[in-house]
Amino acid sequence: MLKFKNRDTLLSIALVTPSIVAVAIFIYGFIAWSVRVSLSQWKGLLPDYTWVGLKNYIELFRDARFQVDIRNTIIFTVVFVGGSLLLGLLMAILLDQNLPGETFFRNLFLFPMAISFIVTGVVWRWLMNPATGSRISGLNQLFDSLGLDFLINRWHTTPFWGIAAIALAAIWQMSGYTMAMYLGGLRSISDELREAARVDGASEWQIYQHIILPLLSPITLSAMIILGHISLKVFDLIVAIAGKQLPLDVPAIYMWQVTFDGYFFGKGAAISVLLLVVVSLLVIPYIRYNLKNEADV
Amino acid sequence: MSLKKLTWSVVSLLALLAVVLAACAPATPAATEAPAATEAPMATEAPAATEVPAATEVPATPMKVEVFSWWTGGGEAAGLDAMIKVFQAQYPNIEFVNAAVAGGAGTNARAVLATRLQAGDPPDSWQGHAGQELIGTYVQANQLQPLNDLYAAEGWLDVMPKTLIPLISQDGNIYSVPVNIHRANVMWYNPKVLADNGIEVPTTMDEWFAAMDKLQAAGITPLAMGEQWTAMHLFETVMLGTLGAEKYNGLWDGSVAWDSAEAKQGIENYKKVLTYVNSDAASLTWQDAAQLVTNGDAAFNVMGDWAEGYFRELGKTPNTDYGWAPVPGTVGVFQFLSDSFVLPVGAPDAEGATAWLKVAGSKAGQEAFNPVKGSICARTDCDPALFGVYLQSAMADWSSNVVVGSLTHGVVANDSWKTDINTALGLFLADQNVDTFDAALVTACKTSGPCK
Repeated sequence: MLKFKNRDTLLSIALVTPSIVAVAIFIYGFIAWSVRVSLSQWKGLLPDYTWVGLKNYIELFRDARFQVDIRNTIIFTVVFVGGSLLLGLLMAILLDQNLPGETFFRNLFLFPMAISFIVTGVVWRWLMNPATGSRISGLNQLFDSLGLDFLINRWHTTPFWGIAAIALAAIWQMSGYTMAMYLGGLRSISDELREAARVDGASEWQIYQHIILPLLSPITLSAMIILGHISLKVFDLIVAIAGKQLPLDVPAIYMWQVTFDGYFFGKGAAISVLLLVVVSLLVIPYIRYNLKNEADV
Repeated sequence: MSLKKLTWSVVSLLALLAVVLAACAPATPAATEAPAATEAPMATEAPAATEVPAATEVPATPMKVEVFSWWTGGGEAAGLDAMIKVFQAQYPNIEFVNAAVAGGAGTNARAVLATRLQAGDPPDSWQGHAGQELIGTYVQANQLQPLNDLYAAEGWLDVMPKTLIPLISQDGNIYSVPVNIHRANVMWYNPKVLADNGIEVPTTMDEWFAAMDKLQAAGITPLAMGEQWTAMHLFETVMLGTLGAEKYNGLWDGSVAWDSAEAKQGIENYKKVLTYVNSDAASLTWQDAAQLVTNGDAAFNVMGDWAEGYFRELGKTPNTDYGWAPVPGTVGVFQFLSDSFVLPVGAPDAEGATAWLKVAGSKAGQEAFNPVKGSICARTDCDPALFGVYLQSAMADWSSNVVVGSLTHGVVANDSWKTDINTALGLFLADQNVDTFDAALVTACKTSGPCK
C-alpha cells in the first residue's frame, strides 16, 4: 500500500475533491460550453454547433437594442452605485454620532436588504405610478397633496432617463447594506486619531475630509465592487417594476428573451459571455487585491 | 482502526463522486459505479446490489399519459381538470399525469420543455399555441408527428373552419389538436362614453380615427393600452384592419413584402393610433388597461376576448358596462389564437397520447373545458347554451368568418421571428421612426421568416 506522510492531508484532499469536481463541471465546464455556443449559429430547439467565429458578437454591437442596453446599464450603474454610496455614508455618519435610538435606526436602515428584489419591485411599481389626472396615485399623489406639483413626473416611463427611476428602488434596497459596511469602517477608526486632529485645530469637516474618508477608502472600494456587480446583473427588479419593455432593457433581459423566447441560443450565449467578461473585469482585480492583503496579514 | 476509517471515507467518497458523475452523464452511470462496488466488497451488505434487479425488471406497467401544459391556475386549471374527468371516464385504464409548469403564457413551461426535449425526455403530449409557435419550433426540429389520419378518423375536418386548417399545418400536414379558441381582434368599448359623445361604434379605420379625434377633443382618453406585448397585440390588429385578411396572410407567407405600400400604410396607421393612447401605457398590465374602459376613463381598448372573463370577474354587465365589436377594418374576419395539443415523435406512451388527443378534440372534451376557461370550442358544433352572451356571438363569428392567425399569440410567426418583431416594435415605440421600423421588419422576415 501507498504510504502517506500525513493521513490528514490525504483526507482533506479527498473531502474537497467532490466540490472541486462539481465546481469544475457545473461552473467552469458550463462557462466553457457557453463560450462555445456563443461562437456557433445555434438557433432553434436542437443544438447546432456550426462555427461562425465572432459573428454573434459583431452583430450584437451593431444591434440598436444592445446599444439601448449598454446605455441603460451605464445610467443604472452610475445612479445606483453613486446613490447607495452617498446615502449609505450619510446614514453611517449620522448613526456614528452616539445618539439615542442607534440600534433602532440601524436595524431600520438595514431592513430593506432582507427583502427580495421582486417584493421591492412590486411595492415601487405602486409608488412610482406615472398616471396623472383623476387616476393619480403613489408618490405623485403624495406630491400633489403636499402642493409639490413640480416633483410629479413619469418615473420609469420617462424617455431616456427612465432606468434611473428603477435605480431609486435599488438604492432604497441596498443603501442600508452600504451603511452597515461604512459603520463598521467608522467604528474601526480609533478616537485617538480624531482627538489628535482636534488638538491640532482641525474643524469637524476637515477631520472627515482628510482623515476619515481616506481611511474609509478600502470600504468604498469593496462596496463599489459589490454594488457594481449587482447592477450589471440586474433583472428581477426591472421585470417586477416595468415588465419586459424595451426602453428599460438591460443585457440580462435581452439574453432571456433572445434565448428562451426566441431560441437564438448562439446570440443569447454571446450576451451572457459579454456580461461575464464585464463582471470579471470588475471582480477579479478586487479578489486579487483582497487575497494579496490577506497574505500580507 | 484508522485504516478502516480511511477506507470507509474513500469508499463513501467514491460513491458520492459516482452520484455526481451519474447526475451529469446519464449515459454512463454503470461504468462509474462499478469501481465503488469492487472496492467495498466486504465492508457492507451491498445494498446497491439489491436495488439493481428491481430497476431492470419492469413488467407490463399500467398505461400512463403524461401531459405537459402551463395551465396551473384560475379558469385554465379548472378547465383542464374538467377535461381530465372526461378523459378518465372514457379511458379508466390509463393513468393521467398532469405535468403543468406555472408561469404566464407558458414562458417558463416552454423553457422547461426545451430542456426536456434536448435531453431526449419528451412528455407524451404538450400544450402549445396552435400554428407557427409549435411548427417553427418543434416541427422544424422533427419532434412532432402529423395528425392527418387522426383528423380523418375522428371527422374533425368537417367540424372545424376550413380556413383554420392551413394555419395549423405545414406542407399539408396538420400538427396539433386545438382545444379552445380565443379571438384577438376585439375592440372593447364603453357604451356610455360613446353615447355621451354621440359616437357610433366605428367599423372602418377612418371612422375610428374620426371617433377618437372627437373623444380627444372632449378630453377623454380615446384608447387604452398597456405594456409592450399589448402594443404588439394592437399592432397586429391594425395591420389586419389596414391590409385585410388576404394581404395580412401574405405578410406571413412571404407573398406580401413588408416594405410594400400596403404594409407601410399599416405602420403609418399604427403610428397614428398610438397618438390616441394613454400616456402611462408602459406601466399598465392588460387588466389595468381593460379596466380603464369599464371605469369610463377611456373609450376603447383592443384586447383578446379573455378580457371578457376579466370583466365578468369584476362584476360588470355585458352591453351595459362594456360593449364589443371587431377592431375597425376587420369586420367579418376572426383573428384567432388557440391552445392545442401535439403528438411527439418518440412519445413514451403513444397510445395514451392518442387517447388524450381524441378527448381534446371531442365535443365532450371541448364542452367540458371551454365554458370554464371562458373561451369557445375549436369545433363549430358545441352547444351555445353552455356559453355567455359574448361567447355566443364569438361562436357565431367563428363558424361564419374568415379565420386568420394572431402574431402575438403564436399563430402566424415562429418564436424567433416574433422575438425580432418584438425588438423592432419596442424601438419603434420609443423613437416613432416608421422607416427604421419597416427596415427592421424586412430584416426580421429574412432572418427568421419566409422572405428571401
